[in-house]
Amino acid sequence: MSRVAVLKGGRSLERQVSLRSGARVEDALERLGHEVVGLDVGHDLVARLRETSPDVAFVALHGRDGEDGIVQELLEVLGIPYTASGVSACMRCSDKVVAKHAMRDAGLPTPDFYAFTETAFKEMGAGDALGAIEERLSFPVVVKPADQGSALGIRFAASAADVPAAIVAAFSYSDKVVLERHVHGRELAISILGDEALPVVEAVPREEDFYDFSARYTIGRTTFVCPAELGDELTARAQALALDVFRLLGCRGFARVDLMLEEGTGELYVLEIDVIPGLTETSLLPQAAEAAGISFDDLIGRIVALAAPRAVAR
Amino acid sequence: MSQRRDLERYAGLFASRTSVMKSSAMRDLMAITERPEVISLAGGLPDTSTFPAESLAALLSKLAATESARALQYAPTEGMAVVGKAIATVMAAEGMDVDPEDILVTTGGQQVIDLVCKTLVDPGDVIVAEAPTYPGAVPAFSAYQADVVQIAMDDDGMRVDELEDALARLERDGRRPKFIYTIPTFQNPGGVTMSLPRRQRLVEVARERELLVLEDNPYGLLRYEGDPLPTLRSLDGGDFVIYLGTFSKILSPGIRLGWAAAPGPVLEKMNLGKQASDLCSSSLSQLFVATYFAQAGWEDYLSSLRELYRRRRDTMLDALAEHFPREATWTRPQGGLFVWATLPDYIDTTDLLALGLSRNVAFVPGRAAYLDGRGGSSMRLNFSGVDEDAIREGVRRIGEVVRDQVALYGTLTGAPPAAPEQRPAAVDPELAEVLQLRKRRAG
Repeated sequence: MSRVAVLKGGRSLERQVSLRSGARVEDALERLGHEVVGLDVGHDLVARLRETSPDVAFVALHGRDGEDGIVQELLEVLGIPYTASGVSACMRCSDKVVAKHAMRDAGLPTPDFYAFTETAFKEMGAGDALGAIEERLSFPVVVKPADQGSALGIRFAASAADVPAAIVAAFSYSDKVVLERHVHGRELAISILGDEALPVVEAVPREEDFYDFSARYTIGRTTFVCPAELGDELTARAQALALDVFRLLGCRGFARVDLMLEEGTGELYVLEIDVIPGLTETSLLPQAAEAAGISFDDLIGRIVALAAPRAVAR
Repeated sequence: MSQRRDLERYAGLFASRTSVMKSSAMRDLMAITERPEVISLAGGLPDTSTFPAESLAALLSKLAATESARALQYAPTEGMAVVGKAIATVMAAEGMDVDPEDILVTTGGQQVIDLVCKTLVDPGDVIVAEAPTYPGAVPAFSAYQADVVQIAMDDDGMRVDELEDALARLERDGRRPKFIYTIPTFQNPGGVTMSLPRRQRLVEVARERELLVLEDNPYGLLRYEGDPLPTLRSLDGGDFVIYLGTFSKILSPGIRLGWAAAPGPVLEKMNLGKQASDLCSSSLSQLFVATYFAQAGWEDYLSSLRELYRRRRDTMLDALAEHFPREATWTRPQGGLFVWATLPDYIDTTDLLALGLSRNVAFVPGRAAYLDGRGGSSMRLNFSGVDEDAIREGVRRIGEVVRDQVALYGTLTGAPPAAPEQRPAAVDPELAEVLQLRKRRAG
């Protein structure tokens, strides 16, 4: 039994999801017999952590500040062991561009892409290069903010005329946007726990919601199948790829890797890796764990146990 | 064994009407607008801070001393007779006569919308509303699984000619709307007021076709300029108009009291619906209202609110002129609480809200006022709930992010932002065709 501080909420756009994740984690930790302190992350975070001096911090933050290594850096400074990935892995994964470059350099498949900052468009005339980019990626192109975890700001551009507005939308969420080749096919999510890939979850959006990202993440409008019906060989391939990505980017504890299985070619492509995926009742990681016979309480217990030894090793 | 999983534990228990829900993205964004550091022009709140605390204290002590037992007891479903008097007083101030028998006291004006839907709407029935419509009516209409047809507005309110076209189209399909929902005066969120000729025509159309009109009039007494116009109810006499009134904007939204004045048979059914919903509205609130309107001074308070909101409206209009780019347009309300601003169509105000929140300012994205996904480039701005400094600063911050996006779009399309007329349209099909052809050759 230890004292666990659950970091949740914060100022990111995913605050609400984080509060739900955090509340659920707190309940599980209490059932496991831990002393639990819930902390809604704000100006007094460091003071409250010092005052609480927890044995472990459970980071249940999503989005900016929580997944980008900033909170992790603070926890390092304070010498508090924490769940999930360390500072550098968070930085690599929360920036989709950095993650995609790392994957491409390592020969792991990720859809072709180009990324630009607002400065590139405003001060270097990157807009003039759009035509060439569009030719290489071919339509539809996916336009997304580089560091936004949820569906916010992601658009399909069906033709060149859609691209500028999609870029303007993406810059609402990030200083950097990614233009990515759209991989048409099945959406797969593989959660990693420790050094093991959990059963694959497939997200099946309703036909009419295919191009509406916000609807796709609304419960009741997307069906999730777990384990995904892929066959043994493909399942093993997807899980191995997810583990490769997890290791390449230096992740720890747990994470979720989102893949596309391309229709026609049967190729797998990595879209992104989420270092602190949702832990709500409707989130994919807990569902994958359950399919593997790991209850939510066991899942949370294992995540905490994976964090604690680091304190001992320090 | 694979299985199709319902990820929500209670999902199997939910009624089908709950599936019509707003996207979670917008809901999560709106939740952030409540952070204390955010200047929120998103709410629809009246300013209750100027209500004299000593008056409230005096009223409540008087009630406690003289009406304690009644205030703590149930009230009749239709409302206490003394409230009927207060309502008659308020309606008379807008030129309406009402028989207290024709009134149903409700828990806020919102309950009237709910009860009207409950009374009239079966799943799939048509409701006609304005485009944009009151964002708070959207979930009510959705919950009753109505098919909502939204009619465009201009500076003179709902385009009644378009309404007639829509009614004719519906008739050809064998469909008859259950009611026409309108906020004719200082519309929420549009900020516009229906002209007298259109009011007259709307009432005629309702009569000719024997259609009910739900006239929602929360702001009629909050007029800052111009002459009052007759309500639809006064023009119609009450045969085809269900009138919705509320004390929320002229006294307090916290007391949760509104009312409906409707044709007898409709009112009877609404009364039954209200019994099922909440038996009666708060007795304490009803006696409070009765006492408040029985004494002199309610009109003075109303005048002070008009003065306060007029200044705030002017501040907002000035700030918009100063800080919004020339590509933007907005309404100039003669009363009420809201300005409706529309940006170039390549700006999505839901995304813009995320950017605004990063600068601690919030508004309501236009999509919240439509049931069909339109409104993506518009926003509702409230000027009653925050002080003038906050209005100026809030509009300045929104203007800044809008200008950034206009400039960025100009850069991306090669059009200088100062000359919007030279900007290629966002969805120029010809341009798209040319670029696609080139792409196909390349591929």
